[in-house]
Amino acid sequence: MPMMHETFILVVGLAAVLTTASLVAGILSWRAPKPLSSTLVNLNQRINAWWVMVVAITVAFFFGRSGMTNLFALISFAALREFVTLTHSRRSDHWVLLGMFGIIIPFQYWLVWTAWYGLFTIFIPVYCFLLMPAITALHGDTERFLERVSAQQWAVMISVYCVSHVPALLTLEVPDFEGRNLLLIAFLIITVQGSDVLQYIFGKLFGRHLISPKVSPSKTWEGLVGGLATSSLLGALLSFLTPFSPLQAAGVAFIACLMGFLGGLVASAIKRDQGVKDWGHLIEGHGGMMDRADSLVFAAPIFFHTVRYFWTV
Amino acid sequence: MSKLGTRTFTLLQTVTSVGLSALAWAVTGVRPIWNGSQPSDRQRIYFANHASHGDFILLSACLSEKQRARTHAVAAADYWGKSRLRRFIAQDMLSSVLIQRQWTDEAQNPISIMLSVLDEGHSLIIFPEGTRNMTDEPLLPFRSGLYNLSMARPDVELIPCWIENMSRVLPKGQFVPVPLLCRVVFGAPITIAPDEERRAFLDRARETLLALNPRPLRGD
Repeated sequence: MPMMHETFILVVGLAAVLTTASLVAGILSWRAPKPLSSTLVNLNQRINAWWVMVVAITVAFFFGRSGMTNLFALISFAALREFVTLTHSRRSDHWVLLGMFGIIIPFQYWLVWTAWYGLFTIFIPVYCFLLMPAITALHGDTERFLERVSAQQWAVMISVYCVSHVPALLTLEVPDFEGRNLLLIAFLIITVQGSDVLQYIFGKLFGRHLISPKVSPSKTWEGLVGGLATSSLLGALLSFLTPFSPLQAAGVAFIACLMGFLGGLVASAIKRDQGVKDWGHLIEGHGGMMDRADSLVFAAPIFFHTVRYFWTV
Repeated sequence: MSKLGTRTFTLLQTVTSVGLSALAWAVTGVRPIWNGSQPSDRQRIYFANHASHGDFILLSACLSEKQRARTHAVAAADYWGKSRLRRFIAQDMLSSVLIQRQWTDEAQNPISIMLSVLDEGHSLIIFPEGTRNMTDEPLLPFRSGLYNLSMARPDVELIPCWIENMSRVLPKGQFVPVPLLCRVVFGAPITIAPDEERRAFLDRARETLLALNPRPLRGD
């Protein structure tokens, strides 16, 4: 296996970070008065869920391209289900909704699997975006038409199109990097999800000034700046996984994590608009799949196209 | 109704029940919200809003395997008894209790049929709207069955259950479900006052059920 060395470092590194987190949370819980405060309960749930998520991604990693493609198709399914549940639809939307789950998800991931780049990039934003409202119009139900159509389009855009750019990284042909593209996925996920955690920690420790109090009560400038700076540094440290130099890796990680922040902000705005706190309950302590994946959703396409533009021939 | 008295799950019913509950979870991620009552082996009448064939499957999926084997949905005989296949699905697979919505013969009296099931110590799932709600109203007016059952068996707990989203998962006339997240909210049991009027009780039961809807303002 060409990536044996890097994979070993990644697995050991992630296990070390999570073990440390579990130990710290365990000691905090042990010393805290009982019953535990909701913050500590939530912290324990979050760390336990991280173990599950890291194991799931690691298993998919060892199955290579098929593992990653299937894993992210499932993530799209969970995310789309949360999105459609939350937004308005009517009985006449039944066939369009079925098509989103039964046709769009499988076909988009088949395009990833076969590396058909041309159709992969336009299937959803051209064909689906035109045909979905056409089907809705054919059903003749014009009640809140634009609202329903835009909710459907955003749903497939965010949950399917954007998410599918993660496994699509495996189709890029970067010179002198053949057979190692899985490491690009590891780099993206670790920096973006790491940035979420780091923004959360910096926000808890130093957060004073809210970025957008109407949208999110937990996103602060201190958290953003601290999180972005440290996750860019993390990106530089992980440059050995990538075709980037350490400085380039820091820059790419910065862009991805900034997009990740914006994704979280947009997701918060959607939840606020729909009057809910979480997208769902799939991941104990975190909320739904979209609560965990919102940053990755915005980061993945930009990361994909950055690598594709600057590093492929 | 020859099965009365030996109302235990057949192998087919057990397999169907486990399979449908697993399917309900895979498609809708269904979660029970116990908001005023708790899972219990007590005898109960669960009454719920009705917009889809999937409603009672979703509600059953929220019960334990043991309770499921002792809980029967009440379904319309004029629909589920129409063909041999439908009757097979309703009775032999889902162990539903079939009643006539329009009846003349006293032997078909739905209340007597439901009471005979209760008298075996089993629980019921009923949809007091009497039909699947296809209107924009969140809940139709209740028919009298709930009142009659409650008058006849005041010791049986009446549990209101709000089934969320199922009308969007599997609307009337559709046979392929759209995967959407669903919850079933189980409210506090209601009891009938000794001198309570029929209509007043039914309206109160309906209001109690409506109040369980976790997202009433969405206009869906």
